Amino acid sequence: MTTLVIARLTFREAARRKILLAALLLGIVFLTIYGFGFHYVNVELNRSGSSPGPLERNEIRNFLLMAGLYVVNFLTVMMAVLTSVDTLSGEIASGTIHTLVSKPLRRWEIVLGKWLGFTGMLTLYLLLMAGGVIGLVYLISGYSAPHTSQGFVLMWLNGVLLLGVSLFGGAMFSTLANGVMVFGLYGIAFLGGWIEQIGSFIQNQTAVNIGIISSLIIPSEALWKRAAFEMESPLVRALGFSPFSAPTVPSPVMVGYAVVYAIVALILAIWQFSRRDL
Amino acid sequence: MSAASLPPAIEIHALRKEFGEKVAVADLTLRVERGEVFGFLGPNGAGKTTAVKMLLGLIHPTAGEGQLLGAPLGDNYRRARVGFLPEHFRFHDWLTATEFLTLHGNLYHMPHDVTDRRVPELLELVGLSPHAGKRLRAFSKGMLQRIGLAQALLNDPQLVILDEPTSGLDPVGRRLVRDIIREQREQGTTVFLNSHLLSEVEITCDRVAFIKQGEILRTSQLQTLVEGELTVEVRARNLRPEIIAGLSHWSQNVRADGEHLSLTLTSESDLPLINRYLVEGGVDVYALRPQHLSLEDLFIQVVGTDGGL
Repeated sequence: MTTLVIARLTFREAARRKILLAALLLGIVFLTIYGFGFHYVNVELNRSGSSPGPLERNEIRNFLLMAGLYVVNFLTVMMAVLTSVDTLSGEIASGTIHTLVSKPLRRWEIVLGKWLGFTGMLTLYLLLMAGGVIGLVYLISGYSAPHTSQGFVLMWLNGVLLLGVSLFGGAMFSTLANGVMVFGLYGIAFLGGWIEQIGSFIQNQTAVNIGIISSLIIPSEALWKRAAFEMESPLVRALGFSPFSAPTVPSPVMVGYAVVYAIVALILAIWQFSRRDL
Repeated sequence: MSAASLPPAIEIHALRKEFGEKVAVADLTLRVERGEVFGFLGPNGAGKTTAVKMLLGLIHPTAGEGQLLGAPLGDNYRRARVGFLPEHFRFHDWLTATEFLTLHGNLYHMPHDVTDRRVPELLELVGLSPHAGKRLRAFSKGMLQRIGLAQALLNDPQLVILDEPTSGLDPVGRRLVRDIIREQREQGTTVFLNSHLLSEVEITCDRVAFIKQGEILRTSQLQTLVEGELTVEVRARNLRPEIIAGLSHWSQNVRADGEHLSLTLTSESDLPLINRYLVEGGVDVYALRPQHLSLEDLFIQVVGTDGGL
């Protein structure tokens, strides 16, 4: 019950601080630009007669769809981290937490409530953005990518995972240190992903292993790669290379690892917040 | 249940808190009865706020134990009967006054109809009714303190803990706090007042504890303080040495300097006797001014003048 009160408070704070409005407006701008861009490419594709052929046309549509979702994935991660990075450390630093924690509630209810609120926000954001990209592509060209719901869930998990990490960091460090930590981890995942991709291309196992280790440190990039693998066209899958994914596809075990990682991050955030002095 | 049979409002034993090397609270043992208005006094940095935070479960003690309203420190459900005003009045300032109180009503698990009734009542009590729909961001410090007080009283608490409720406030704000404390006392609520503003404490409290460097130095009833030791300043002529010597019957501490005479007494009832003695001894008494030891005098006496530095 208290958890829901805190979740609602979190939502309301984002609305009052115009975070929701900014995300919505910029999301609409993003989708508008994306829609126009896709439309003109699609017009060109339909006009050019036999070359490229219908199969290649869908390849190009899929490529553009993946490019859109790649940005959406990045924005969702940003949204998850930026909205939550200050929520615990900021309330501890300002002292607003004192009137909350001295109420008849348990501290885990505050952390879980905030997690629920932010998760709700990023779910809505992802629905708007990923749903918008996928929907626009379908409305304009009639093309739909395979396994979009799996892709959606994996991108969602990516956001939730980084949200958990950011909440844990907020219970542990100052806002600034937390931001440095979360983006540092994200950078490791990003870099590891590229090393793995290139290592796999030139068939260097050590480079691939470095990528896997970075995915174990934080599996956020691995989740995107799996999402991209699910949604990319059968041809790209067969070719095994595109700018948005890698030939070595993260296994379902890695996805399972990411689920556990996200849950453990939330539990650690609760544990750290419960034990610390406020 | 009568107040006497209830467990004490606060009972702590050998409470200690270390932050790394620094000992914030060394060894705190304290008992506050139901219905008392208790003043917790000490210089800045004496460990008062740390102690209060331990009472409320915001800080985990390094050692020691205690009970609040009969339940162990940090007990979640017992906090439903406790109100707390933190030191700096920092609240979620993007909420309006009504939203803020409603939120805290929800956190106290108050039913909606009770919250709907209590929120306007409390806004009225602290004089913020005209600002009910205003966001806290637009509030002055005094207004934030008022809304903080309203928040602390929302649940009809059995124990109210106020951490420096009047520091930095104007006289009107202080008066409000004083009146509210008095009202709470009349309702039988226990008030724990953490303060270094002695004049406030002197007016409102029944009993005080002096804390310095995380330890209680002394606990006193303010009433005994008022009735107890007093100094008397006398201005008189014809003060013969044998008359002055005779004053030792009432006071061990007599100082004479020309027309001026000062002596300390243990009881106010000696005053008329001394007056009669002087007059009958042929002394011309121009003035006889009794002065009680103020809380400030006692504070300096107990805590010292180094401010705990």
